[in-house]
Amino acid sequence: MGVTRGFTGRERKGADERLPPGQYDTGSSWPVLTAELAPHIDLTTWELAIGGLVEQPTNWTWDELRALPASSYNGDIHCVTTWSKFDTHFGGVSLDTLLEVARPKPEATHIVATATTGYTTNLPIDDVLDGKSWIVWEFDGKPLAQEHGGPVRMLVPHLYFWKSTKWITRIDFLDHDEPGFWERNGYHDRGDPWLEQRYQGDA
Amino acid sequence: MTSVPVGRSWTTGIVREIERPTDQLVKIRFEVADRTPHRPGQHYVVRLRAPDDYTAQRSYSIASDPDDPLVEIMVEVLPRGEVSPFLHEIAEVGDEFELRGPIGRWFVWNDDVPSICIGGGSGVVPFVSMMRYAQRTGIDPRLRVIASAQTRERLPYVDELESYGALVALTRENHHDRVAAHIYPDEVKALAFGAQRAYVCGSVGFVSFAGRILGDAGISDENVRVEQFGPSA
Ligand SMILES: Cc1cc2nc3c(=O)[nH]c(=O)nc-3n(C[C@H](O)[C@H](O)[C@H](O)COP(=O)(O)OP(=O)(O)OC[C@H]3O[C@@H](n4cnc5c(N)ncnc54)[C@H](O)[C@@H]3O)c2cc1C
Repeated sequence: MGVTRGFTGRERKGADERLPPGQYDTGSSWPVLTAELAPHIDLTTWELAIGGLVEQPTNWTWDELRALPASSYNGDIHCVTTWSKFDTHFGGVSLDTLLEVARPKPEATHIVATATTGYTTNLPIDDVLDGKSWIVWEFDGKPLAQEHGGPVRMLVPHLYFWKSTKWITRIDFLDHDEPGFWERNGYHDRGDPWLEQRYQGDA
Repeated sequence: MTSVPVGRSWTTGIVREIERPTDQLVKIRFEVADRTPHRPGQHYVVRLRAPDDYTAQRSYSIASDPDDPLVEIMVEVLPRGEVSPFLHEIAEVGDEFELRGPIGRWFVWNDDVPSICIGGGSGVVPFVSMMRYAQRTGIDPRLRVIASAQTRERLPYVDELESYGALVALTRENHHDRVAAHIYPDEVKALAFGAQRAYVCGSVGFVSFAGRILGDAGISDENVRVEQFGPSA
């Protein structure tokens, strides 16, 4: 399709190679988008369950999680609503650490992550294993704010951010793909920002 | 899930009508090629393309009734924004835009579930589509609307909201005999009575405020559907 008459775009300081197609740099702001009201989570009773096709279904309490070796992510994040945020710092634990205990079975191909609100999202396991995903509770050295999924969320920074489940409470391993909340509502099953996989039907 | 349709590819919208009801609002009515019918509450993505192929895309709720031959959006201009000032200042009848939609299968109301809607500022737009649909099909008693804004001038569709019977809650000026104030619990309680679902749309701060007063009015969190616009505070 052709050029939009009269549109030149916001002044761009050269094309930033860290910006996936169709994204803009949101700078210091961090927009919030959710489909539900932000829940209040009590960490004294909170648990993260890992189940489905795993050798050892496990439940982690907040204190147990905090006792694990810490892992952090320093880098960019991308939201399907077209903002990207550069150089973020998240602190938490690598999902790999939790999976050393749970041990996904060989037939597991996908996960579904679930929030206390009932929100779900699906991911191929190749997108969460080997240092690609985290359970996080710190942002820029401070506790993660409630509206950003605090006290605890998942982080899968190489995919659009709706895959990074806020207020996460369980992860289930499956031998098939099972679309989650936004995926059933028209969003892409994988969500790679560099391929602009925004909606169902995108490449 | 339900069979709410979602537009799967980009299409073209030609601007057939454009109106600037205030310095801060622009209403655009598109003729959409290969149009997929929408449900009230869904939105379109508008994509602008610069000569060097740079693109900017933003989501806009649909204001029109599904039966309307044109698709209508209402955009509030954000200072220093990229897309909304362009639509307000430059877009004209005859222009063509890349559009994608309708999108969203969650924030839709097209059935007989008695519902209450609370919109802040341009967050009322999806409710206008719901209202128009409800009036045409005669199920309007099942849809109650609360619209909040600082002033009358800042509230899109204010006349239409009033004639529908929506509660207009202005925070910075008196409105008929209502003294300027945020929506207060008793106002919501009266309208939430019998509602099985709530829809809330607006800024992040507005949404959490509306969620709290809905909770006080007896609507539990899992029955609240939310759509948030705009940057966080
Ligand atoms: C599902 C959905 C439905 C929506 N429906 C509607 C609707 O019906 N009506 C409506 O009006 N809006 C709606 N929105 C919001 C809309 O998509 C846009 O976010 C809005 O129009 C602002 O876009 P913009 O390009 O003008 O502003 P942006 O360029 O995105 O900027 C947003 C704000 O950030 C600031 N900003 C951003 N970048 C910079 C920068 N580089 N320097 C300085 N400041 C900056 C600007 O001050 C501006 O106020 C909807 C959003 C969603 C997600």
